[in-house]
Amino acid sequence: MSRYVSYRDFDWLLLVFVLLICGMGVMEIRSATMHTKFAGAHIKQMYWVVVGVGMMLLMSLVNYQALLEQIHWFYIAGVGSLMGVMVFGQKYLGARRWIKMPGGNHFQPSEWVKLILILAVARYFAELRHRELSWSDFMKAAAIVGVPMLMVLAQPDLGTALTYVPIAIMGVFLGGMQWKQGVAVGLLALVGVTAVFAVPRVHVLKTYQKQRLTSFLDPELDPQGSGYQVEQSKIAVGSGGLWGGKGSQTHGNFLPVPQTDFIFAAFSEEHGFVGALGVLLLYFIVLMRLTQNAQTAPDRAGTFVVMGVVAVLSFHILVNVGMVVGFMPVTGIPLPLMSYGGSSVLFMFLALGMVMNVRMRRFVN
Amino acid sequence: MFGRDEKVSEERLTAAQYIILGIFLVLAYGLWRLQVMQADYYSLAAEKNRIRNVPVLAPRGKILDRYGRTIVDNYPSFSALLLRDSSRDLSADADSIAQGLHLDPNEVRARIKRFATMPQYQPIFLKEDITPDELQFIEAHRNELPELDTIMAHRRLYPRNGFMAHLIGYVGEVSDDMLNLPAFELYNPGDVVGISGVERQYNDMLMGKNGSRQALVDSHGREVGRLGETEAIPGKPLKLTIDIDLQIAAEQALEGKNGAIVAMDPHTGEILAMVSGPTFDPNDFAVRVSRDEWNKLVTDPDKPLLNKAIQAQLAPGSTFKIIMSVAGWQEGVAQTMHVNCTGSAEFYGRRFGCWVKGGHGAVDLEKAIYQSCDVFFYTLANKLGIERIAKYATDFGLGQKTGIDLPNEVSGVMPSEEWKIRNFKQKWFAGETISVGIGQGAIAITPVQLLRAISAISMGGKLVVPHVINPTEMPPGLIEAGHYADVKTVSVEPAGWNFITDAMSRVLLPEGTAPSAHIPGIDIAGKTGSAQIVSLATRAKFKNSDALAQNGWFVGFTPRRNPDIVVCVLFQGGEHGRLAARLATQVIKAYVEKRDRNPQKMTEKPKSNGTVDVGGLWSDPIAEGESDALEAARFVVDLPKKRMVIATAAPGMN
Repeated sequence: MSRYVSYRDFDWLLLVFVLLICGMGVMEIRSATMHTKFAGAHIKQMYWVVVGVGMMLLMSLVNYQALLEQIHWFYIAGVGSLMGVMVFGQKYLGARRWIKMPGGNHFQPSEWVKLILILAVARYFAELRHRELSWSDFMKAAAIVGVPMLMVLAQPDLGTALTYVPIAIMGVFLGGMQWKQGVAVGLLALVGVTAVFAVPRVHVLKTYQKQRLTSFLDPELDPQGSGYQVEQSKIAVGSGGLWGGKGSQTHGNFLPVPQTDFIFAAFSEEHGFVGALGVLLLYFIVLMRLTQNAQTAPDRAGTFVVMGVVAVLSFHILVNVGMVVGFMPVTGIPLPLMSYGGSSVLFMFLALGMVMNVRMRRFVN
Repeated sequence: MFGRDEKVSEERLTAAQYIILGIFLVLAYGLWRLQVMQADYYSLAAEKNRIRNVPVLAPRGKILDRYGRTIVDNYPSFSALLLRDSSRDLSADADSIAQGLHLDPNEVRARIKRFATMPQYQPIFLKEDITPDELQFIEAHRNELPELDTIMAHRRLYPRNGFMAHLIGYVGEVSDDMLNLPAFELYNPGDVVGISGVERQYNDMLMGKNGSRQALVDSHGREVGRLGETEAIPGKPLKLTIDIDLQIAAEQALEGKNGAIVAMDPHTGEILAMVSGPTFDPNDFAVRVSRDEWNKLVTDPDKPLLNKAIQAQLAPGSTFKIIMSVAGWQEGVAQTMHVNCTGSAEFYGRRFGCWVKGGHGAVDLEKAIYQSCDVFFYTLANKLGIERIAKYATDFGLGQKTGIDLPNEVSGVMPSEEWKIRNFKQKWFAGETISVGIGQGAIAITPVQLLRAISAISMGGKLVVPHVINPTEMPPGLIEAGHYADVKTVSVEPAGWNFITDAMSRVLLPEGTAPSAHIPGIDIAGKTGSAQIVSLATRAKFKNSDALAQNGWFVGFTPRRNPDIVVCVLFQGGEHGRLAARLATQVIKAYVEKRDRNPQKMTEKPKSNGTVDVGGLWSDPIAEGESDALEAARFVVDLPKKRMVIATAAPGMN
């Protein structure tokens, strides 16, 4: 089959836009870390991007259909690695998220599980024989995503756990969800969220997680905590104005982690509304291009794989930029392609590799 | 190949695209709202975040003695302060701040409230001279309590053991009451100002002006740069007329005693030494004084906070006889008066006793002065009458403020007929005049008043204004120099003045009232006094309690002609003037010894008519035996133009 596959069908245009966004990220990381102990992080980020592009090219060569055939093994391996984290993981800042690898690197399995889930959900919905989802289909899909999600939640890592949700939602939505099911699940989610916050003795969330979420609703309650972070982020974005400014929030250290979670606030402060809107537009173009690739996919599973990536990327952008402009609580979700960090960069490029994989096989059959 | 041979619904994919579009529109609106609609608000917030106004405290001027030796200095210390330009609710943090700084939380809250109307950039000073562990607390809580900061302040370092405490005074935070006074209307709450003594009198000069610095800070309140700085203007040093060496002698003389010693240059009115006892340590006040300590000072019957040199109002006793003598001489009564003292005399049906029970026998003015014969002065007072006595006493400044440049001087009382009617709605009884003749009765004066009056008599009637700083050495415009040059002259007949000072010089000789205070080789003219607080009969009732012991006075000068120094001593509970005289001679001895040890050549500026006043003192080689008896005179020397007379005198006498 692979002889039909050629890099001529590789989505070079998509790669150009993706690299443009990465370039913005590297530039902003450089500016934000210039006089801090993280100085030079942009160089590392460039290495990660180069490695990421390489991984993407490799990923595009492996037939996604072959991956889907073996997905149950990957799924088991993914769940196994999450269990490994629970047992052998490094405890850092009260959470057990990383496994220390030989050579000093840290491996965060929850990122890779995201990729496995995209594939698993794609295969599950591609194989469904009926047009409309039954409740049992619904529950099975929920279980596929729910098991690893609960394990990540237990680490605890609320942010990453939440990024699994859009994979399930996108699958269910495209897989033929009925409107009444949508309404019912929506209501159920509402009740669940209310229970988590309002009912005492329900310890799904840690106290600091609850605080982060509640302080979003009333930042004045906790000015130096996460409410403070949101407030400082809003000040950074707002003081950027139309054309951008000096960046005193970023460089005065008022903005928390300006190279990772709040990189969009730092960018908005220095480049203003015009710059920030430009970056949003780049992301929008990337997402639209991805959706187009989903439409031209050779099979149902391909569409589901690409739309899974779209779902994760859109969710990251919504939650991260929403947090930066004060619409969303602080959850610790990075902005894909821009935020500093190897795991995040590699995940995005691997995901894009799967998209390329699907696209390069569009004329097969 | 997975799945049915059927594509995913186009509508659903398109719907997904629209949902993504919707998300991006919401996010774009979020950016628009912050960066376009509220850009000004957030720009201001960013400025507020990073700019902090930090005061730069001006050091207070040093206080120096007349030769520029440092008496009061500053030392660096840290003060804790509360910045109010952050957006924090300060009252909410009051408890944790109070705990860390060992303050009362209610007091912290009260201070925050008190500053509520002040401009935001003015911080609240919470605690001065904080300890290392309090400094540590502030540094460790920079994130939790970003409004808490420290500042290097200059603190007052006063001499130890209350040396010169009354004259110097002390500083403290300006009180609300003081802020209401016109003199303090330009000050702000929290300013450290002089509360008493010269610290208060010359506060404007000493205080300087605080500057401020616009600091760029990071999110931890750490300074990362500065935008601008208004420099602090340091306070100006204050040079006193006090001679530390003489002050030490006076402090030693009065140590452990209750009273006051003041020494002055009679030519200029410059105060050379001023002590009040018992004393207090102003260093205790430099940081906040505890309530207990304060109450102890306020309720102490010996009144340690009072500067008795200018605030004790007491009967002058026999020292008043010098004023009486001058009045009697000027009125032509005293010089020809002769009295036979039998130990007592009767006036207006009442018997007035002399302090010598057996009487002095035949007494003239000279003997009346050096023997302090009461009967002579009863008789003189009776002849003069209260109005003439009051006139001379008032001319010499008794019963009035001297105008010394220290706060809260009191005026005392010089009784007269008019005074009696005004205050008691009663006529003056002639019998009351008799007591006034020996400095008892309603008369009440301060040591500095007596000093000034006797100084004037020693100087032929030149009534100076005592002062503790030399206005000509001060920067122009700060002090009204004219005030101190306001020298009045009381006309005294030279023969009378010479006669009286000659008589005063015998007080310390064997025939006088204070021979034990005599120092060979030093010519001192003076007068002792022992003033009753209550009548002797009343005192007997209280079993001669020490609290009612008589006050000893001595006022004297050296040499007797054209004197260099005049000293007044109040020794409360000292019983007899001769004990006060011993204290005075200690100071005079220190002065003379210092002058002899390091004589300085000095030139006295000739007066406008080309003459110079020179005092002379010599022993008569013909009169043998009485080696201590000295002759004295004052000469007026004519000077040829462009020549200065070179004389030997004490250092700094100019």
